[in-house]
Amino acid sequence: MTQNLLEVNELSTYYPIRKGLMQREVGQVKAVDGVSFAVKEGESFGIVGESGCGKSTTGRSLLRLIEPTAGQVLFQGEDVTKLSREEMRRKRREMQIIFQDPFASLNPRHKVRKILEEPLIVHGIGDAKERKKLVEELIVTVGLNVSQLDRYPHQFSGGQRQRIAIAKALMLKPKLIVADEPVSALDVSIQSQILNLMQDLQESFKLTYVFIAHDLSVVKHFCDRVAVMYLGRIVEIADKHSLYRDPQHPYTQALLSAAPSPEPGAAKERILLQGEVPSPANVPAGCVFNTRCPAATDRCRTERPVLQQTGDDHFVACHLYPAAGQG
Amino acid sequence: MGQTLLEIANLQTHFKTDRGVIPAVDGVDLTIRKGEIVGIVGESGCGKSVTSLSIMQLLPKPVGSIAGGSIRFKDEDIAKAGESRMRRIRGEEISMIFQEPMTSLNPLLTIGDQIAETLRIHRKISKKDAKAHAVAMLKKVGIPRAEQIVNEYPHRLSGGMRQRVMIAIALCCEPELLIADEPTTALDVTIQAQILDLMKKLNEETGTAILMITHDLGVVAEMCQRVVVMYAGKVVEEGTVEEVFRNPQHPYTKGLIRSIPRMEDDVRRLYSIKGSVPLPGTIKQGCRFAPRCEFAMDRCAAELPELVQSGEEAGHRSRCWLNG
Ligand SMILES: Nc1ncnc2c1ncn2[C@@H]1O[C@H](COP(=O)(O)OP(=O)(O)OP(=O)(O)O)[C@@H](O)[C@H]1O
Ligand SMILES: Nc1ncnc2c1ncn2[C@@H]1O[C@H](COP(=O)(O)OP(=O)(O)OP(=O)(O)O)[C@@H](O)[C@H]1O
Ligand SMILES: [Mg+2]
Ligand SMILES: [Mg+2]
Repeated sequence: MTQNLLEVNELSTYYPIRKGLMQREVGQVKAVDGVSFAVKEGESFGIVGESGCGKSTTGRSLLRLIEPTAGQVLFQGEDVTKLSREEMRRKRREMQIIFQDPFASLNPRHKVRKILEEPLIVHGIGDAKERKKLVEELIVTVGLNVSQLDRYPHQFSGGQRQRIAIAKALMLKPKLIVADEPVSALDVSIQSQILNLMQDLQESFKLTYVFIAHDLSVVKHFCDRVAVMYLGRIVEIADKHSLYRDPQHPYTQALLSAAPSPEPGAAKERILLQGEVPSPANVPAGCVFNTRCPAATDRCRTERPVLQQTGDDHFVACHLYPAAGQG
Repeated sequence: MGQTLLEIANLQTHFKTDRGVIPAVDGVDLTIRKGEIVGIVGESGCGKSVTSLSIMQLLPKPVGSIAGGSIRFKDEDIAKAGESRMRRIRGEEISMIFQEPMTSLNPLLTIGDQIAETLRIHRKISKKDAKAHAVAMLKKVGIPRAEQIVNEYPHRLSGGMRQRVMIAIALCCEPELLIADEPTTALDVTIQAQILDLMKKLNEETGTAILMITHDLGVVAEMCQRVVVMYAGKVVEEGTVEEVFRNPQHPYTKGLIRSIPRMEDDVRRLYSIKGSVPLPGTIKQGCRFAPRCEFAMDRCAAELPELVQSGEEAGHRSRCWLNG
């Protein structure tokens, strides 16, 4: 039995809504609202959902790049939300993040060599000669070459920049990498290169990924288990085969049916959702999906469903599915 | 087969920059028949948007200009049409929607005024009738509470609603051709499904032909009858969607189709095309794809192949020495 590297319990992250001259707090955006999941060592855990559902906020909260409002984040059994700033800074050696837009994390005024060496210096690793060797090894590992170390980020293509960002995240040999839409901005032919690279690195560096994406087929390909988020909550979480074969939450079903298939003539039964996602500053009572759900009942408008197990490695938060042993 | 509506022949569109002339569109041929939905696919920078801006004569002047070729719309070469003629064509006969609707909506005008404005440029109708027509259009594109929304400003609407408004504006004069440049790329999948559904329905009801520009092969498979695949400013393959997806001829198209992860498949590793997409103009000789092609021969780097019939179906053409 593999161990959990990461365990997230009832994590909530709210953003204040401020108004007026005094910037008084007049409300809260419940970007992440009571989210729980566990990630096993060496697995790729996917988080999918539409824009604004709280994927990035979840990812950043794990590393405390945004301070969570409540809940626990257990990394190797230790609650990182309790660590002091300095302790957390050191902990980030083992927990790294990569973003959709690698420009955001690559200093445009520094050469790649300096960008890659910096984390080593910050964490006091090696002398200049050893650091040089590490940098030169890693740039080759991500598929670039040593001569490219003396260039600036803007001199690379989008895919190459993502390779650099991955190398930077790997410099400290982390255990966990949160990848926030790492291929969303890339062209199809480059996307597959990066996904393959990330898989290779997972094997050679024994990495665990939290992989955030909105493309369902990319997540199906890359991940072992997947959580589906809607308006700050996890509505379904399952082994990927189970999730894609037997999606249970009406939202998951709609999401899967909405993705256009690159198979001409593949006549799909499409569930067209009515309306749009409500604002997270004003979430509906009961089940967050009830305003768009084709199967909503009165109970869904008042009572919030909790995640319950419906299959081997399959959990869903929906009143349509009675808890095992009940109903 | 329907009548030809638009026929682009050997279109060349160039940008003059500090680093010299960039041939962003480098000899594109494209035909759209009445009522048809044609897709253009290709990776970032291959010239999809520049092709559509060329049709509309909306290139940034004086940097960008049509340097050669023709764009025959019905009986007229609109590549040579003057600005006053183009102003009549835009909106009335050909209209266009973009990826980010906010940039093409006027933030200072209500939704109703923007539709009315387009109508009144092309039609002699009273303000009152224009407003009534605007409400009808909003209903047609599935906007709820159309009577109220017509008085709202764009920033009050969500992304999906704004795209519906753009479609309403684009279709209010019943154009024969709608150019949609990545109309759903900025939208969520469930909203994308709504918009694609709407576009398909309007195409069936009104017979408006659609040129659908996208980098998403799924959108093409779902929406289009024919597809044109572009690479580095050139068309490398064209044919019916069925044929091109099931029996791709050009190594780039083959690679592209094999690179996409599929929900119904379970492969451990994805196929990937090596290297990266070249900027237009950087490869001056031979096949633009040759440096990335696993089948490249000496001839490929030296001589540019023509777009010729290949595969089984008539009208399926590709630009590759292997298929010559
Ligand atoms: N700094 C912030 N201040 C206030 N609200 C925020 C902030 N960052 C995010 N939000 C809000 O929190 C919600 C969740 O945002 P988040 O970025 O986590 O979503 P996401 O799922 O990553 O979306 P996307 O797919 O667009 O990246 C959104 O409604 C967003 O508007
Ligand atoms: N204003 C401009 N000045 C100089 N070059 C330009 C300009 N606009 C476009 N180009 C060049 O033309 C080429 C084609 O651009 P175009 O916008 O048509 O690409 P695209 O296929 O629409 O890509 P995307 O999928 O990213 O929208 C680009 O490589 C770019 O270098
Ligand atoms: Mg995000
Ligand atoms: Mg474009």
